[in-house]
Amino acid sequence: MMDDLRELYQEVILDHSKNPRNFRHPADANHEAHGYNPLCGDTVNVYLKMGHNGLIEDAAFEGKGCAISLASASMMTDIIKGKTETQAKEIFAGFQKLVKGEENEFDAGEDTERLMMLAGVKEFPMRVKCATLAWHAMSSAMDDKPEISTE
Amino acid sequence: MNDMTTFDVEKIRRDFPIFAREVHGKPLAFLDSGASAQKPQVVIDTMRRAYLETYANVHRGVHYLSQVSTELYEGARETIRAHMNAASVEEIIFTKNATESINLVANSYGWANLKPGDEIILSTLEHHSNIVPWQLIAEKTGAVVKAVPIDAHGEFMLDKYLDMLGPKTKIVAVTHISNAIGTITPVKEIIDAAHDAGAVVLIDGSQAAPHMKLDMQALDADFYVFTGHKVFGPTGIGVLYGKAEMLEALPPFLGGGDMIERVTFAKTTYAKGHSKFEAGTPPIVQAIGLGAAIDYVNAIGFEKIGAHEQALLAYATEQLQSINSLRIIGQAKHKAAIISFTLDGVHPHDIGTIVDRGGVAIRVGHHCAQPLMDHFDVAATARASMALYNNRADVDALVASVKSVQEIFG
Repeated sequence: MMDDLRELYQEVILDHSKNPRNFRHPADANHEAHGYNPLCGDTVNVYLKMGHNGLIEDAAFEGKGCAISLASASMMTDIIKGKTETQAKEIFAGFQKLVKGEENEFDAGEDTERLMMLAGVKEFPMRVKCATLAWHAMSSAMDDKPEISTE
Repeated sequence: MNDMTTFDVEKIRRDFPIFAREVHGKPLAFLDSGASAQKPQVVIDTMRRAYLETYANVHRGVHYLSQVSTELYEGARETIRAHMNAASVEEIIFTKNATESINLVANSYGWANLKPGDEIILSTLEHHSNIVPWQLIAEKTGAVVKAVPIDAHGEFMLDKYLDMLGPKTKIVAVTHISNAIGTITPVKEIIDAAHDAGAVVLIDGSQAAPHMKLDMQALDADFYVFTGHKVFGPTGIGVLYGKAEMLEALPPFLGGGDMIERVTFAKTTYAKGHSKFEAGTPPIVQAIGLGAAIDYVNAIGFEKIGAHEQALLAYATEQLQSINSLRIIGQAKHKAAIISFTLDGVHPHDIGTIVDRGGVAIRVGHHCAQPLMDHFDVAATARASMALYNNRADVDALVASVKSVQEIFG
């Protein structure tokens, strides 16, 4: 088996895709957005419960997608919970550069190691949108833009 | 050229220079011809020669090169007429692709003939290019779009279709072969029944042209479309066949040079036959390239191509079916060499990425046929589509790669 495939489909990624965390629709969510990739038909709904001072008290998602998009959404919801809107958007900006292969340095504090698991995507340019779909939806939900499309 | 008595796939593969290359260090198993087919050397050479030796605009001027270029361009039209067994070259219109051909008919015929409440009948099998143009014209005219259902195997439901036909039916537009699942539809019955109901018929032959001989006079469709790049020709060239009497009654689609008889600011009169629909400088070299592609497949012969592809389809179906948790989507009785499938617990995009690393090119996604995906309750499938140059080694590479998908996903 090719190394870059093993790198892309690591155990952790496969685990997140088979057993996605925070896969639910919280009744008290006060921000949400629908992300859609018209290329493959994948969809994701991201739900956020935003508290005072931009604190993300809860983050969850539902949707259909490939292993990469499900794992990324699963990890993202885990990571942004308890962070502020600004922190979440900063992590997204860095993560986007990482998976696009624009920057190899990536620092998201305690979450660096977990997100680096998705760095293998940079060898597969056609799959970058899979890895970032949920993040775009998260960002749109915060900005109260209910629909995003990757095209 | 090829031996006329036997079908030697290895010899055919040598006609296609792309097969000399590797992908990710593996021999290329190209199973995505349904999206676009590879080009034989003769098409590349013919187009190269047209640019190097004979290039000039067509239908203009009296100089030598313009005359040669026109002869080659019109020669390609005659090649395609003969290939489709159309009654006259006036019935063969060059377009950009099948999508443009369908848009031409939808706009021209639809705008002139559709009234509120009129019905346009399509099928669940259609590619988006044979859905959206009709929706657009229906919106403008108040006509209604309806879709003939398909059954669990992906068969066009003829009995339901016959029930749907009625005095309101004005247009029937149905695919000859499903791009997503390979179903061959009963086009002759569809056309005859539509005519009995007084409707005109357009057949989308984009997937049929690479796999079978076409016969417009036997089929009796009013319009038949296909695209050049799926039948081993270049991109940027498509064909619209229209019955002479249909084309005569049709208003022009695009206006411009070449499609006129006489232009004044008070009134312009239009050219006759195919010229009325070919405004502006046409895709000259692409048409010549398509002619070469059609000559190429006819020299091999569709009887042999069909037999080879059907044998390969049977082999691939059997091999893929032996894989645990693989589900073939669409198992019509009559199919072209197209197999759509899903794997339990693995998204088609992950399948596509992993098999690609094994040198296997397949299409994954909704195949521009979302209503069909909805029918089978899947968002996407993986699709292997075969052509005359595919061999058992390609199928074996696919099967081995699909097994490695399962290995990774455990």
